[in-house]
Amino acid sequence: MNDMSTEGYTTADGRKIGGTLMEMKNITLSFGGVKAITDISFDIKEGEIRAIIGPNGAGKSSMLNVISGFYIPQQGEVWYQGAKRPQMRPYEVARQGIARTFQNIALFDGMSVLDNVMTGRLNHMTTGLLAQGLWKGKAEREEVENRERAEKIIDFLEIQAIRKTPVARLPYGLKKRVELARALAAEPSLLLLDEPMAGMNVEEKEDMSRFILDVNDEFGTTIALIEHDMGVVMDLSDRVVVMDYGKKIGDGTPDEVRNNQAVIDAYLGVSHD
Amino acid sequence: MPDNLIFGIEVFLNGLMAGVLYALVALGFVLIYKASGIFNYAQGVMALFAAATLVGIMNGQVPFSHLINAMFGTEVHYFGWHLPALLGILLTAAFMVLLAWLVQKFVFKHLVGQEPIILFMATIGLAYFLEGISDLMWGSEIKNLDVGLPQGASIWLEDSTRWMGFGNENFYGFFIDKLDMFATVIAAILVLALVIFSQYSKQGRAMRAVADDHQAALSVGINLNFIWVMVWSLAGFVALVAGIMWGTKSGVQFSLSLIALKALPVLMLGGFTSIPGAIVGGLIIGVGEKLFEFAVGPMVGGATENWFAYVLALIFLVFRPQGLFGEKIIERV
Repeated sequence: MNDMSTEGYTTADGRKIGGTLMEMKNITLSFGGVKAITDISFDIKEGEIRAIIGPNGAGKSSMLNVISGFYIPQQGEVWYQGAKRPQMRPYEVARQGIARTFQNIALFDGMSVLDNVMTGRLNHMTTGLLAQGLWKGKAEREEVENRERAEKIIDFLEIQAIRKTPVARLPYGLKKRVELARALAAEPSLLLLDEPMAGMNVEEKEDMSRFILDVNDEFGTTIALIEHDMGVVMDLSDRVVVMDYGKKIGDGTPDEVRNNQAVIDAYLGVSHD
Repeated sequence: MPDNLIFGIEVFLNGLMAGVLYALVALGFVLIYKASGIFNYAQGVMALFAAATLVGIMNGQVPFSHLINAMFGTEVHYFGWHLPALLGILLTAAFMVLLAWLVQKFVFKHLVGQEPIILFMATIGLAYFLEGISDLMWGSEIKNLDVGLPQGASIWLEDSTRWMGFGNENFYGFFIDKLDMFATVIAAILVLALVIFSQYSKQGRAMRAVADDHQAALSVGINLNFIWVMVWSLAGFVALVAGIMWGTKSGVQFSLSLIALKALPVLMLGGFTSIPGAIVGGLIIGVGEKLFEFAVGPMVGGATENWFAYVLALIFLVFRPQGLFGEKIIERV
């Protein structure tokens, strides 16, 4: 498969994948003297599930943070929806339709599950501050509409039973799911998941995998996810980027990657020179 | 009714009114603390600054006139206008928004993610800076603030409560300052508006989100800077209201900024994160210190009002550190 082509392809299970949604070109990111990412390029196509894998410290999370605007790379370009993205702050990136979750769950602990999911809808609320006070009807209508969307996603992720529960009280696995719900509520064109399965037991991992596939299937959402659990990733994703020590060492379908010698070395721990 | 009981009731009512004024100041603290985790020591000075600015604008005072006159040898003091109170208040409110923006842009934007103690120190610096700027801009003399608020005892209330003496000839009805009553109404409206704003508006929801988690707030597309400027503006607005009430009562002067210290025990009682807590805490302190002075004061030689609030706060710190309404902090191990 030609990585740099802008055309789509058809997956093994017959899903049609569209053209390039996002393209990272020669990204280099360093913190002081430490290079977290060295000259990495890859693309994400519309409708696919794209994974970034690699051992601990490979620079996966840094890559995700570059995509979501939390880190600004020293070199390289980010292309999104066919245009070069100027330097943006994270909230501006979010407003462009890129939603994300965090490795160490970042929820609003003081709020209920429903309120958390509703914050995902903030960018879909356009009524200004004054209008909300003066023109009650419009603001109310907007609130009801957004509430309906939020409820739909809550149903979809099967968290109706805990809608009113403050998130601080939820167990880890459910928190992860609420975070996914909040990201989905934004109706993103690109959904970034930072280790969605980290710290979960087998059952929770299976649930989460199912939800990721369902989201992609039902809403056609393009998903880019980071994992270091190889097994999960291979079952889930259409194409995989493999990173090690900040460099890209493999890119392709799960089968291609699995048979890549450099990838096998990285995972089995062959010494670097 | 016996004299003592009647007097006690009157003390109680006046305590409630004083409590409302404490609560007004405490409210400003809670707003900023909830949204940014900053304990804003400058809240009291902001009230002073707002009141001084209001007086200056209404009287058409030339800002920095002493400085200008000293530098250029001129003799300008007044523009020669006198603005109506409402216009003056609107202009001052706009000025407080500008101040909020400046504070965010030049101070707190650069301190994002710092330790709370560093942010606290920054607000102490801000307090002294604002105090100095206030003196430079509007002069340091005691100013009279009159925006047309009702003042003095309410004759109507006195007349209509005279019967409650039940034949006691020394009782002429309850004495309550009209300004205090007015402040109570204003505070109630302000609190109601703030609660509705933070619970039901889009910006209010964003504000609560920012208070909880910066990163998560960014990831759903909230502009942190905007929210912080908004919160500081709100706090500035509350400071303006508090400044008007206290300034009308006792003149616009330096001691106004010290009411911030009275707000501290109020916050300990009510909890730093609760808007209703600030109100209830203010009322308890107001009533408590007046009744204590009335009941115990004569036995210990008086002046209990100076320390009562702090001792009460200390007791709360020991037995209920999160305050009456504050969020209980539980660290999971």
